[in-house]
Amino acid sequence: MTPTEYEYLRKFLRDHSGLDLSADKQYLIESRLLPLARKAGLSGIGELVQKLHGGPSALVTSVVEAMTTNETFFFRDKVPFDHFRDTIMPEVIKARAGRRSVRIWCAAGSTGQEPYSLAMCLKEMGAALTGWRIEIIATDLSQEVLEKAKAGIYSQFEVQRGLPIQMLMKYFKQTGETWQINPELRAMIQHRQLNLLHDFAQLGTFDVIFCRNVLIYFDQDTKINIFNRLARQIEPDGFLVLGAAETVVGLTDTFRPIADRRGLYKPNDPRAAAARPALAGAPPRLAVLAGG
Amino acid sequence: MKTCLVVDDSSVVRKIARRILEGLEFEVTEAEDGSKALEVCQRKLPDAVLLDWNMPVMDGFEFMGHMRRLPGGDQPKVVFCTTENNVAHIAQALSGGANEYIMKPFDKDIIADKFAEVGLIPVGQTMV
Repeated sequence: MTPTEYEYLRKFLRDHSGLDLSADKQYLIESRLLPLARKAGLSGIGELVQKLHGGPSALVTSVVEAMTTNETFFFRDKVPFDHFRDTIMPEVIKARAGRRSVRIWCAAGSTGQEPYSLAMCLKEMGAALTGWRIEIIATDLSQEVLEKAKAGIYSQFEVQRGLPIQMLMKYFKQTGETWQINPELRAMIQHRQLNLLHDFAQLGTFDVIFCRNVLIYFDQDTKINIFNRLARQIEPDGFLVLGAAETVVGLTDTFRPIADRRGLYKPNDPRAAAARPALAGAPPRLAVLAGG
Repeated sequence: MKTCLVVDDSSVVRKIARRILEGLEFEVTEAEDGSKALEVCQRKLPDAVLLDWNMPVMDGFEFMGHMRRLPGGDQPKVVFCTTENNVAHIAQALSGGANEYIMKPFDKDIIADKFAEVGLIPVGQTMV
């Protein structure tokens, strides 16, 4: 791949998906796009770039999807799901005892492992949620990925990543070499196609938003923009969950980290945030409160 | 250093498993069938057993039953690692005292995940 082709693809991906590749991700492009180019009957990346130059084609979607699809597995990183069970849900159950409903959004639902992991967590809580209305909305950029998520069918390899064997036995049905998640859990989740760069106000407000391992691909301004829009879709006492390598710190004061709960954030009171002087490096919340 | 006994009648599988487990900082011993594995356990129980099912002389399931009845035999974490990949076998293994279950083929990520699942290694320990 020539430097010109690489630059073209970088810009192309930034424009179409917000994906912000650093200058040294040639291998990533080659490993993802070369198979795609070959499948489309093209000689290589060079010819693929020419096709993209040619204007709108089905290849645009395929290229964006190939570059933005990430490895995912059940209960990825484990800790966020412990937080979900031990911190988030107990608080939600208390706070929503009146209306007995909870809305959860998986903003990078990918092939379904994350939303289904949350569904399993909720099932494991049993009686505490009896009679509750539970809504899990899983969104992803890629239609292909969403179809897989909807079907809930996983290979033997996939069900062995992160999923305890007892959970596999309890919540999946084996068909030949594949395993399908039970209809009851599938029914808990609505799958929708969504690009985080576009307006998502129509989704409504949520008690919990999981937005893990997707913002890392965006540039600074896009991240800030997404955080600010996420803040409008979250209940004032809701929770935002980010990936291990992601943070709001230094980017926005619409959310604040929760002490001792890595990856967990709460929205700040928007009025308090507006009243605060915009200091570089975002002052710790406590200092602001102490200052009156 | 934690110890792991790898029980499999295939020397190739034992070699691959050994390399992965040593990467996870286990001290590895090997046995080629259930009977030999039981002899090892009678001398000293390991912290973990990576256990094939179908083997000559004594199969993995029978071995697990004997091992569990040894003094302290409830302690080792038993992780099956077998081509038997159906629900009936998995259920049988779990009710017989297995802690986790790997369906072959396996790789280092699956072993690391399953060992983390039963507390043998810290969660999120990645291999290089």
